[in-house]
Amino acid sequence: MPADIFVKRRNDRLLFFASLGVLTAGSIVITNYDAVAGFTSIGKAFVWGVSNFYPDAHALTKLPDIVLKLRDTILMSVAATTIAAIFAVMLAMIGSCTTRINTLFSVLARGLASVFRNIPLVAWAMILMLAFSQSLLTGYLALFFGSLGFLTRAFIETIDEASIHAVEALQATGASYPAIIFQAVLPSSLPQMVSWLLFMIDTNIRDATLVGLLTGTGIGFSFDLYYKSFHFHEASLVVIMIVVTIMSIEMISNYIRRIIL
Amino acid sequence: MTQLENVFGDPDRLTGRAATSASRLPVRPLTKEKIVIRLLLLVLALTTVYALAHLDDGGVNLAQAVSDTLSNLKIIFLHPGGPHLSFFKALYEVVITLGLAFLATLFGGFIALFLGLLAAQNLAPKPVTNVIKIFVAFIRAVPTILWVLIFAVTAGLGATAAVIGMTFHSISYLTKAYAESFEDLDRSVIEALKASGANWWQIVFQAVIPSSSTYLLSWTFLRFEMNFATAVVVGAAAGASGVGFDLYMASGYYFDLREVGLITYIILAFAIVLETIATRMKRKIRDHQPEFIA
Repeated sequence: MPADIFVKRRNDRLLFFASLGVLTAGSIVITNYDAVAGFTSIGKAFVWGVSNFYPDAHALTKLPDIVLKLRDTILMSVAATTIAAIFAVMLAMIGSCTTRINTLFSVLARGLASVFRNIPLVAWAMILMLAFSQSLLTGYLALFFGSLGFLTRAFIETIDEASIHAVEALQATGASYPAIIFQAVLPSSLPQMVSWLLFMIDTNIRDATLVGLLTGTGIGFSFDLYYKSFHFHEASLVVIMIVVTIMSIEMISNYIRRIIL
Repeated sequence: MTQLENVFGDPDRLTGRAATSASRLPVRPLTKEKIVIRLLLLVLALTTVYALAHLDDGGVNLAQAVSDTLSNLKIIFLHPGGPHLSFFKALYEVVITLGLAFLATLFGGFIALFLGLLAAQNLAPKPVTNVIKIFVAFIRAVPTILWVLIFAVTAGLGATAAVIGMTFHSISYLTKAYAESFEDLDRSVIEALKASGANWWQIVFQAVIPSSSTYLLSWTFLRFEMNFATAVVVGAAAGASGVGFDLYMASGYYFDLREVGLITYIILAFAIVLETIATRMKRKIRDHQPEFIA
């Protein structure tokens, strides 16, 4: 019965949009989202931004200070990412199906990665701040734990995808475990891992802004300070500097990815 | 036969040959990509060493701080609970956070659908796709929390600013993902429809969107998973409602570690469920599009 296909398709579509509508209405009620204010605020924010949110001459005098804070934040993010990547490679070796030592360790490694990744960054930042106080170290550790979880999961996927045949071939020749790791697994998955590393650095710089906001360090704190004291010209300069940084890092990353992948 | 014996009977000659060919032709040639990877890793390593040497630790006693953190973690994970927040209240707060994430994903997905059509190279002219891509890259470069705070100036701190701010990031992510799903569509389908006189909207709604709808839904769900994590963060840093705000209050103002534990456990449970579904969806996408996962 060919006509039924159309009826079924229409009913499916109706059901889909109806459930979407119900979920939307429910979400709006439960979150107290003001739909009208939401949409008008975009226009208002644009008008406000054009008239207030741009760096003026006075804001430019703060530039050296902002650049210094930005430099701290970038250094912290890069350091957190690379150190996390070193640990993540080891965890991924244990966790991956192709290179694992035994199933129990594999499950443990994957579980650890999942827990680290899914504990929100806010929780890490706030928990660590209790002991490490208001220092860059707090942000560094918060980013480290989040990155460790994310990179372990990404690296496990990379190893699983890249190297099963090479590993089987080497196993057949009787190669030892370290030989398999260093001659087959690492070389074949390194480009993809580097690509993830670049992605993580980019993400961490953006997240560092947020952690800085919460823990009172780095570029996030600069923004918060200017924003809460209504120095919007200075705050806009901070935003512009972040945008320039992220976009340049993204351009470099894309260039590197084009060569290595 | 004698020739063969000559070759195989003389081991020195064999190894000698192998040695000369090895010196002439390295086993692993140094390609451009290897040089780039090594340089990058070297730069990152040096940066890390420099950063760690100059990291401002605020004069914290490291051993003391580590042991304090460990004992805090012990309280958090072994004795969750709390006077301010009952289990069901916390659950309700997570549902609010889910609601924030849902609204941001929905609005973002709706707008990204149109921007994605304009950013797909097989559907829009090259200049248009370039403009959209630059626009999207700019949105992405501003951290979500800053979008939220910027909109909070006009909309006031709260759910409205949070949703609009998160919508912006969702737009940029989904536009890129949708555009790549659209670009995967077989050229011949579009050409066939064009030849039969279909206009742009007919091509879009009869061919492009129906054939890529599975991938669109998967991408949207992946973004929903990310938005849940973002919504927790936004709740904490921008005073929006939801479980993030409770977490912020519990750890930053009440210093109630047991409550932090309760909230962390509940968030963790929701996040892991979402992650499991997302992993399954990601597998579906990857079979189809190997290159773009992030």
